[in-house]
Amino acid sequence: MTSDTTIASHDEPVLVLEPGRADKHYWMDLWRFRELFIILAWRDLSVRYKQTVIGVLWAIIRPFLTMVVFTVVFGGLAGLPSEGDAPYALMVFAGLLPWTLFANSLSEASNSLVDNANLISKVYFPRLVVPSAAMVTALVDFLISLAILAGLMVFYRYAPGPQILLLPAFTLLALLAALGPSLWLTALNVKYRDFRYTIPFIVQFGLYVSPVGFSSQTIPERWRALYGLNPMVGVIEGFRWCILGGEAPLFGTSFIVSLVVVAFFLWFGISQFRKMEKSFADLI
Amino acid sequence: MSDVVIKAEGLGKKYTIGHQAENGSYLALRDVLMENARGLWNKTRDLARGRPLIVGDTHEEMWALRDVSFEIRRGETVGIIGRNGAGKSTLLKVLSRITEPSAGRVTIKGRVASLLEVGTGFHPELTGRENIYLNGAVLGMTRAEIKRKFDEIVAFAEVERFLDTPVKRYSSGMYVRLAFAVAAHLEPEILVVDEVLAVGDAKFQKKSLGKMGEIADGGRTVLFVSHNMGAITSLVRNCLLLHNGELVTIGPPEQVVRQYLDRNSSLAQSIAQRTDRFGTGEIRFIDCVITDTLNGSPREDFFSQDDVYLTMTLLVKQEMKFWVSVQLVEVDSGRAIMLADTALHGLELRAREGEEVTLTLHFPAIRLLEGMYSVTLNVFEGSSIERCDRVSDAVRFTILPTDLYGVGRTVGSAQGVVHLEHEWLDVANQTLSRSK
Repeated sequence: MTSDTTIASHDEPVLVLEPGRADKHYWMDLWRFRELFIILAWRDLSVRYKQTVIGVLWAIIRPFLTMVVFTVVFGGLAGLPSEGDAPYALMVFAGLLPWTLFANSLSEASNSLVDNANLISKVYFPRLVVPSAAMVTALVDFLISLAILAGLMVFYRYAPGPQILLLPAFTLLALLAALGPSLWLTALNVKYRDFRYTIPFIVQFGLYVSPVGFSSQTIPERWRALYGLNPMVGVIEGFRWCILGGEAPLFGTSFIVSLVVVAFFLWFGISQFRKMEKSFADLI
Repeated sequence: MSDVVIKAEGLGKKYTIGHQAENGSYLALRDVLMENARGLWNKTRDLARGRPLIVGDTHEEMWALRDVSFEIRRGETVGIIGRNGAGKSTLLKVLSRITEPSAGRVTIKGRVASLLEVGTGFHPELTGRENIYLNGAVLGMTRAEIKRKFDEIVAFAEVERFLDTPVKRYSSGMYVRLAFAVAAHLEPEILVVDEVLAVGDAKFQKKSLGKMGEIADGGRTVLFVSHNMGAITSLVRNCLLLHNGELVTIGPPEQVVRQYLDRNSSLAQSIAQRTDRFGTGEIRFIDCVITDTLNGSPREDFFSQDDVYLTMTLLVKQEMKFWVSVQLVEVDSGRAIMLADTALHGLELRAREGEEVTLTLHFPAIRLLEGMYSVTLNVFEGSSIERCDRVSDAVRFTILPTDLYGVGRTVGSAQGVVHLEHEWLDVANQTLSRSK
């Protein structure tokens, strides 16, 4: 049946599909599908705000109320110290911002593959598009919350130093910190649906083991390296430094440990995702 | 010039069916843990009793595709047919990269777009306009491309007035039209389509079919799966027949469709149980089948020049004389095409008490054109018009577009309902000659 016809490649892309064949053009393909990324992100955003009464306000109310509670409980009742001379509320909010970004990204991205099952089983595209597009919603919420931060800073008459310019870098770090684990979780979620239940748990638990309601300076110096194993420790320290100033965390033990952990999870998440990616359509 | 754009060599796709996971559509980690625990326990027990361990006894491998090889040339329109579960959709999924083959290799030259479902990615909350962009992007169109074709898509779908309404408020007809319209304006080098023509009302189906023909004529390579043998024979130049995951034949559509129909002789349901009938019941129809040979196996699809045999069985309560009439109705229009009755032929039928009588009505080279036809059966007593039994729509059969003169052009529903036998004469022998 098969003759010896070979397919010559002139200008057209030639694609070979074989079992277990690593896709050479994967990252190029991902770039080619950037429009799909944009449109999926836009879809999630517009659907999210279409059937809500106060829409965007949710992104403001939730972190604001959490901040009030944390300030009262940790700063007021427990009497924990703030960072430097910063007001406690501001310190909490500077930690809450990256934490909320991380938590929302993680939950949006982890459920994304299963939520888009109809796409996965009917069309080809690099599957990485789906979880990363899902994180955009969290990023937009984050940008809205930044407005509250600005308001708080005006209220407390607290001007940030030039280090505030590094905020985008730490925002990216927060996203990358979320991307690694969510890629792994969302892929596992395709095969084992009960991984979906671990996410609220991670988010709730993480809120208390990360320095959100308190300053990481309350942690004894000798435990800092161990504490840095929680990747959000480095991210939150970075945020606080950008906003409140003080001692640069960049060379602190916990920060470096966090960076390594973020990089590890990113590598691990991507490689696990790519390994399982090919069977998504069969399993979903 | 016509070079190969898709080449499949020994293609196979294997699925593993876990027998434990039958109760749910997905696995839960707890099930896996339970399973492993149970497996371990069973193995320990077997080991303790000195039995050999059987590995993998709860999983079964299923080859949805096995050793499929073919070549498709540029600009060819290829149909894929086969029964449900024959592997048609799996083949399309492999070719469109949705799933990875388990064996063999496919080489594809050019960009592939797949259309396995209309409206993939449509979101009910979004408006028609928004969904056009969303669906277009999902199918692989760029924003600029969608923008350029936007008006054309809207006009094709006939939804101008509802562009800014969320599609959840669309009627199902509008929804389907919009979804198909987006897909129909895809312009990839290779298009892979799965049974999407079977949507919408008859009018829209015709329009979609026309669009598919246009796409195919536009020099693009099109692969499509369909259960509509009419669409296959009229659109396709080459046809693949799959059976149980294996490639049975590849060849010209009429030949392959015929082979498929022969294999696919499904049993006509017995009409003895039907209760929606009129008449005294002194004599009643208990069976009716349509075949292509006398005593052949039942068939549903025929070509225009095929022989058609309609065999009916009647049960007689008491000794009597009777006559039978058969009416053919074209389903789409509801128009009666003809009436065949025994009295008209001067035939007299007689049966004894409790006897089962079998009668066959034979149409030599039926000459009906593309369409679906329904058969209504009537039996009357003696020479009266007292009705003993009437079963409307007892059986149906389909006529496919047919290349009646073997010149590569099919005669279909556009050319009427029947095609009378005729010939063109040129007495002076001056103007007529055969092309090619």
